[in-house]
Amino acid sequence: MSRYAIQVRDLGKQYRIGTIVTRYPTLREAMVDRVQSLFRRNHHPTETIWALRHVSFEVEHGKVLGVIGRNGAGKSTLLKILSRVTEPTEGEAEIHGRVGSLLEVGTGFHPELTGRENIYLNGAILGMKRTEIDRKFDEIVAFAEVEPFIDTPVKRYSSGMYLRLAFAVAAHLEPEILVVDEVLAVGDAEFQRKCLGKMGEVAREGRTVLFVSHNMSAILRLTEETLVLDKGRLVMRAPTPEAVDFYLSQGFSQTGERIWHPDEVPAAAAPFRPIALRIRNAQGQVVDTIRSVEPSTIEIEYELSAPIPGLRVGLYLMSTRGEYVFTSFDTDDPEHFEQFAVRPAGRYISRCLLPANLLNEGRFVVGVNASAYRVRRYFQDEQALTFTVDATGAPGTQWPEPRLGAVRPRLEWQVEVA
Amino acid sequence: MALREQTAVTIIRPSRGWAALDLRDVWLYRELVYFLTWRDLKVRYKQTLLGAAWAVLQPFLTMVVFTIFFGNFAKVSSEGLPYPVFSYTALLPWGLFAKALNDASRSLVGNSHMLTKIYFPRLILPLASVLSGVVDFGIAFLFLLGMMAYYGIYPTWGLLILPVLLLLALITALGVGLWLSALNVLYRDVGYALPFLTQLWMFVSPIIYSINTVPEQWRLVYALNPMTGVVQGFRWALLGSQTEQLGLIIAISSGMALIILISGLFYFRRMERLFADRV
Repeated sequence: MSRYAIQVRDLGKQYRIGTIVTRYPTLREAMVDRVQSLFRRNHHPTETIWALRHVSFEVEHGKVLGVIGRNGAGKSTLLKILSRVTEPTEGEAEIHGRVGSLLEVGTGFHPELTGRENIYLNGAILGMKRTEIDRKFDEIVAFAEVEPFIDTPVKRYSSGMYLRLAFAVAAHLEPEILVVDEVLAVGDAEFQRKCLGKMGEVAREGRTVLFVSHNMSAILRLTEETLVLDKGRLVMRAPTPEAVDFYLSQGFSQTGERIWHPDEVPAAAAPFRPIALRIRNAQGQVVDTIRSVEPSTIEIEYELSAPIPGLRVGLYLMSTRGEYVFTSFDTDDPEHFEQFAVRPAGRYISRCLLPANLLNEGRFVVGVNASAYRVRRYFQDEQALTFTVDATGAPGTQWPEPRLGAVRPRLEWQVEVA
Repeated sequence: MALREQTAVTIIRPSRGWAALDLRDVWLYRELVYFLTWRDLKVRYKQTLLGAAWAVLQPFLTMVVFTIFFGNFAKVSSEGLPYPVFSYTALLPWGLFAKALNDASRSLVGNSHMLTKIYFPRLILPLASVLSGVVDFGIAFLFLLGMMAYYGIYPTWGLLILPVLLLLALITALGVGLWLSALNVLYRDVGYALPFLTQLWMFVSPIIYSINTVPEQWRLVYALNPMTGVVQGFRWALLGSQTEQLGLIIAISSGMALIILISGLFYFRRMERLFADRV
């Protein structure tokens, strides 16, 4: 048997731009294209992107390897290739053992079928034999905590029950190699804790795990070594603390910006025109991930083509579970309110300073609002941008447990012997 | 543990050109075929009022309409048989074929969430959707036996060939379904063309009329439509209707069905690598 569970050599995946997202070509268009390309000598080059390129690495049996990188870095593409969902364009991978993937829990679940029926169906889709499912059935039901509802159609399940059942089936698959993509981004804290526990168990059993996550504390807890991907390239492989530090401190995720193109802005917003929304870290870089222990800035850039009386430009901050964390406007301060009683035409940037030790780890959504109180709402985008807060070094991180709540302030405690 | 037997080494690399069929992989996942077929059946009749009665109602009502308009008004020849039995016997394999073809052609697009998330031999999706129609066929077949008893028609020993004819219908549906399901991933036109295609195909099969209506010199060309062999075979086996050169007709139909199936398999395998990215 080879030393390695996974050997990846010079792997690459090219997508034609548009093949993933845009509408489907009709047969007529395809035929017209074919015919045209017969007559044109060099037919127009199709635009392509490399979602992954020149990626090589090995994973030894029984290792738990983390994979991090910002959105679009190629993490999911890598996992999809390794789990044979999609084919690489170049290079090759050698896999020793059965691969189980948790790319999406609950794939193939049918709402009309009961919990019991879905366990068998989903298990079969994941590649389990019926005898294997029989053997693990009770364990799966117990893990999901759905015993009383096992013969109820899953469309009557709460979303939490549905998710627990889906994860339970996937988690009881026993592959030699497990690839996991951000399963933990869903579910409540209790459920996440349970999932992490299960993953740790899998790792201790000596199986190989490839774990992709935006959750740095989960990566730190579960993996020893981590790959950092950026724009489809493998930029670093290092012990996890080092890799995570590199990823966060490099402000690697520079998507922390939302730009509005003029044709995206409704005509009704005039004379207000939003230009951009950005998250900046303490060093002033535009980033997707900020650190809880450092101050950061959210800035809105906009233009007024005419003066607006009583304009206020502000932010909503929401957790990804939809709870509002705060609402704040640039003229909340009476001094600013006086100063901008009428805001003249021109280009502006309104900056909101988020102090250090404010937010808990997790993903947050920023909404933008430009309005004049009780007069008119010029522009509103409730979900303009999302960003991640990393809690490394925040109060209480010596205990590797998720903390409840959207904020994680550093509060002063006094402990007295009474 | 499942699939352990194949776990030695998997090499993942870009495939080029015509891929090998690799039917072994499909065999390893045979239980998934069973579960998907079973899912289709369960889901189809949950929350329906009439349930399995639908399997009989569709061919039955079609037969009633055909009997009134084609049998009574237009006086279409039915080889001396009562027109209701004559047409219902043809509608059975036709209904199975049409449903199997339709479901198979839509199977990849309809299960796109599975295609983009999990690996399994893609062939399983059209395969399972073809099979789920067999249960409906069985129910409708029982009704046919009742009708034959009513008209005092007794089946011949030819009855024993029915499973072969059934298989021929399924092979044809799967073959065409493989072509169309793969094309449907790339071009959604297939979804629009399907009802039309099915309708035309019915008119060029001997459902409403007898094969004897087709001029003799054209019969063998007519047999290139695999459903000709299936339908006429059904009439012979169940009702004892006589057709010259029936053996040859069925042989030509079978040959054609196999050509469609094999070409469909290869085309499907060739296009398979695009499914997850393009669906």
